[in-house]
Amino acid sequence: MTPARASVARPRPSIPATENPKVVRLGSLPLGDVEGLRRDVIDRCKEGARLVALFVPPRATELVAVVARDDCADIAIQRAALAGPSYPALSSELPAAQAFEREILEVHGVRPEGHPWLKPLRRHDAHPFFQVDGPGIHEVAVGPVHAGIIEPGHFRFQCAGEKVLHLEIQLGYQHRGVERLMLSSSPARRIAIAEAIAGDTTIGHAIAHAAAVEALGAGELPLHAQAVRAVALELERLANHVGDLGALCNDVGYLPGASWLGRLRGEMLNALLVLSGNRFGRGLIRVGGVRFDLDSGQKRELAARLAEVERDLDAIVELVLDTPSVASRFEGTGVVSREIAEALGLVGPVARASGCDRDVRRDHPAGLYRFAQVPVAVTESGDVMARALVRALEIKRSLEFVHDQLREQPEGPARSRQLALEPTPARPDRLVVSLVEGWRGEIAHVAMTDADGAIAAYQIVDPSLHNWLGLAMALRDGEISDFPLCNKSFNLSYAGHDL
Amino acid sequence: MKSALVARLRQGHRTLDYPAGKVELPSRFRGMPALDASRCPEGCGVCTRACPTGAIGQPLRIDLGKCLFCPACAGACPEQAISFGRDHRLAVRERADLSVGAGDGPRLARALDLEATRLFGRSLKLRQVSAGGCGACEAELVALGNVVFDLGRFGVQFVASPRHADGLVVTGPVSQNMRSALLETFDAIPAPRIVIAVGACALSGGPFAGSAVCEGGVPPEIPVDLFVPGCPPHPLTVLDGLLRLLGRI
Repeated sequence: MTPARASVARPRPSIPATENPKVVRLGSLPLGDVEGLRRDVIDRCKEGARLVALFVPPRATELVAVVARDDCADIAIQRAALAGPSYPALSSELPAAQAFEREILEVHGVRPEGHPWLKPLRRHDAHPFFQVDGPGIHEVAVGPVHAGIIEPGHFRFQCAGEKVLHLEIQLGYQHRGVERLMLSSSPARRIAIAEAIAGDTTIGHAIAHAAAVEALGAGELPLHAQAVRAVALELERLANHVGDLGALCNDVGYLPGASWLGRLRGEMLNALLVLSGNRFGRGLIRVGGVRFDLDSGQKRELAARLAEVERDLDAIVELVLDTPSVASRFEGTGVVSREIAEALGLVGPVARASGCDRDVRRDHPAGLYRFAQVPVAVTESGDVMARALVRALEIKRSLEFVHDQLREQPEGPARSRQLALEPTPARPDRLVVSLVEGWRGEIAHVAMTDADGAIAAYQIVDPSLHNWLGLAMALRDGEISDFPLCNKSFNLSYAGHDL
Repeated sequence: MKSALVARLRQGHRTLDYPAGKVELPSRFRGMPALDASRCPEGCGVCTRACPTGAIGQPLRIDLGKCLFCPACAGACPEQAISFGRDHRLAVRERADLSVGAGDGPRLARALDLEATRLFGRSLKLRQVSAGGCGACEAELVALGNVVFDLGRFGVQFVASPRHADGLVVTGPVSQNMRSALLETFDAIPAPRIVIAVGACALSGGPFAGSAVCEGGVPPEIPVDLFVPGCPPHPLTVLDGLLRLLGRI
């Protein structure tokens, strides 16, 4: 992290910076040239910044880059005019841009020249898989329909015996045209779509969307509604982390852990059910507030439920991590080094397990997280054990956070008065970047309005988009039989990637 | 080993007494809606306009196949003409049975014919395909296998190969990119076979209805035997439908 800290001392006054989620006027973001944007984004990322999003808005006349500096909470936005049907790729020097640039080619036909693997991201055409040649090399193809109840994706392994030389992950089966639908849909439909971008991240994506629209309309959310949102977001994190620890147990054949943690995951979903009437929190988050309040009776009920869960959870997590047969499978499997994690721009628990100290809740706080902090959990070893440990730590800390909120939540109206009747119209010619630390990592929604205040561009980045290549790298030089375990330790969203 | 046994003892018995026992879901749970059209002011239609998926028609009717149970309509209605009850029994055998009008109660799924219940009633193996599903319906189907719902005690099991399956469970709005994989999986299941569509997306496209890259639900080539509404449906809604289909309730 030394270069990242050093970058604080080097201001770049030419690039306007914003915060999460604060609107900027498009007029204050000058249209530069692509070469300048490319150089600056690459340099910033070398100095410790991260590429949050890189996209081409629908009219395909410009390239927009969103770069976050975690150590000073700023977000730089750069625009460059596209001069022709191609431009020099950022990916040749910045691997974190690879998925974004494949998307740009696929959606707009704009070609990032020099991209190391320029294959469509979600469309299935005749583009070949990467192949390794040599004596004894064989190929294993899995999917899209897998054994078990799981979303579809295709995995192509290049192996020498049991050893995996290369894994290529071909997704896109779940593509539903989310970003196009966001442009053509009514506001009521948009939030419903946001809730279904990735089913297990209903709250995370709904907050990211609502915060973006609220910022475009200049609405200030009451603290109480922000607190309800934060409680829901942490409950979502708890449900998924607990479920993931159980699934990891299942994949190493430790069935007691799998069945007990599977039940406790359900208890977390039931807590969301008490709050919102839906086990995934659907219907809770609305633009301008939350649909359901936490009254004192509900606070007591939730606190009692969580206290009971916590007792069981502590004992089981300790038991799981102390079981030698579990530890021997978790340790040293699927290592992702810090260098790889930084280069690919990994986010969330996966990045934190490889020693990357990043968490939107601390680095780019919005909503209640401006006032209430959750300590960030970081480990160094980058293996399955590290990813399990980060989750175990985050479970503890999220539980503490929720308990604190249930005790101390600010009282007040759950729906902002000025937004309760009609949403404030979005201001014209603005851009907003809305970041949320979902349980998988950084969720980014970037919205741009046109001269009439209509949403003219809507870009969604699920943490899975950054992290799928991390999974491929975790398998490198590992054994093919480690794949299910590594896959679970990442637990990425297919739908969130495919949009 | 000792700590594992202690932990096991502390777990106790967690499986729901279902379907014999009484199910009590939290007060905010949104199940079967109750409609009171007599409260509707002339030409109002606020609920129709508030609905994100166009599930509400006038005179007041809700298509539960499109409904996300969100509940924008109930919140928007100035006269409290729409309320969501706590009855989780929503699965039906015919698509048309999902259209609910004023005064309608649940139209519970009837059992398969005698031959089919003889074949599947005590052992049903299902293959699941997610075709553009967001992962929520899929997660609830996984949850059916946990110690609380324990689907296995009814002889129902999700299997890895369509060749081993008696039926198909479809989730998602059926993305174009999954269409052929879904049809191939269906074709690979030996007859006689049943099809269960789970969730608003599989029933109508849900929030993705009208997308240029989705089918808008299970395509007509695949005949559906059980429709389970919800976004996602509660595991008990799925379980209720399955057990009724098999003649077990």
